[in-house]
Amino acid sequence: MSALEWGFDGIGVRDVVTGVLVLVSALMCFAAGVGLLRFPDVLSRLHAATKPQILGVIAIVADVAVSNPSLATITLAVAIVFFQSLTAPVSAHMVGRAAYRTGHFRTDILVTDEFRGHD
Amino acid sequence: MIARIVSGLVPFLGLVLIWVLIWGQVTWLALVTGVALALLVSATFYLPAVRLSGRINLWFGLLFVLRLLGDIVLASLQIAWIAIGPGYKPSNAVIAVPLRTRSDLIMTFTAEAVSLVPGSIVLDIDREASTLYLHALNVKSVEEIPALKQKVLDTERRLIRAAGSADDLARLSEGRVAAAEEEGAS
Repeated sequence: MSALEWGFDGIGVRDVVTGVLVLVSALMCFAAGVGLLRFPDVLSRLHAATKPQILGVIAIVADVAVSNPSLATITLAVAIVFFQSLTAPVSAHMVGRAAYRTGHFRTDILVTDEFRGHD
Repeated sequence: MIARIVSGLVPFLGLVLIWVLIWGQVTWLALVTGVALALLVSATFYLPAVRLSGRINLWFGLLFVLRLLGDIVLASLQIAWIAIGPGYKPSNAVIAVPLRTRSDLIMTFTAEAVSLVPGSIVLDIDREASTLYLHALNVKSVEEIPALKQKVLDTERRLIRAAGSADDLARLSEGRVAAAEEEGAS
């Protein structure tokens, strides 16, 4: 029995870690979905649509790496997280920029707009 | 000349590394096809050379990555709670943050890092003025804005310490008077 497999009732530490990571990931996707419905304008919805998934993706990829630890899995996991982190902000930026420039946002819920006049 | 070769070599080696990572095994076949594809990609999609600072501090780099991960976890939970929790009242802000760096690379990475942390999206970048325009979620009043800007400047500082040029480091220490006072106060 290896150090990773101790526990009670046959539940190993690795199973617990896997379970927690899957739940975190699911919660993040759920929050993103709810935020998408509840937030009022394009710019707010972007936060819900692009952000919680970063943690969700990290959690689910870490989960795969933990439950199937091999060099190939871990290197691929690192590559996935790296590229998701690199590309997600770019797509968010493009949509946000387009939304701002075409006026698809609510000015009444902004406490300040320091971009006005600079665009 | 050496700087130019290194600036071209880093993205090239990066492409080869990605290919090997995707295959998940370091074999001669993966390496050779990786080099061939990297050559093809850099010839087909020619990009202007990235000017690297020529300086990297791995310790500060590690600190930056750890802090970024911590920020992502914290902010993700906060945004998730805002989305799910009761009594959500929309209140956002669009803020301008003038950075201290003059490097395109540091500016880009600051924008990436700030966008990656939930709660803020970079709407636009003014390259000449080194200014980021952000959309921040759940800003209740104007009083919260200085703290938000300080967060972005802190991210920039960590990046400059990790991989900024000597010039950027000098800018950072010149601007430290104001920053140090605010740090001491918080």
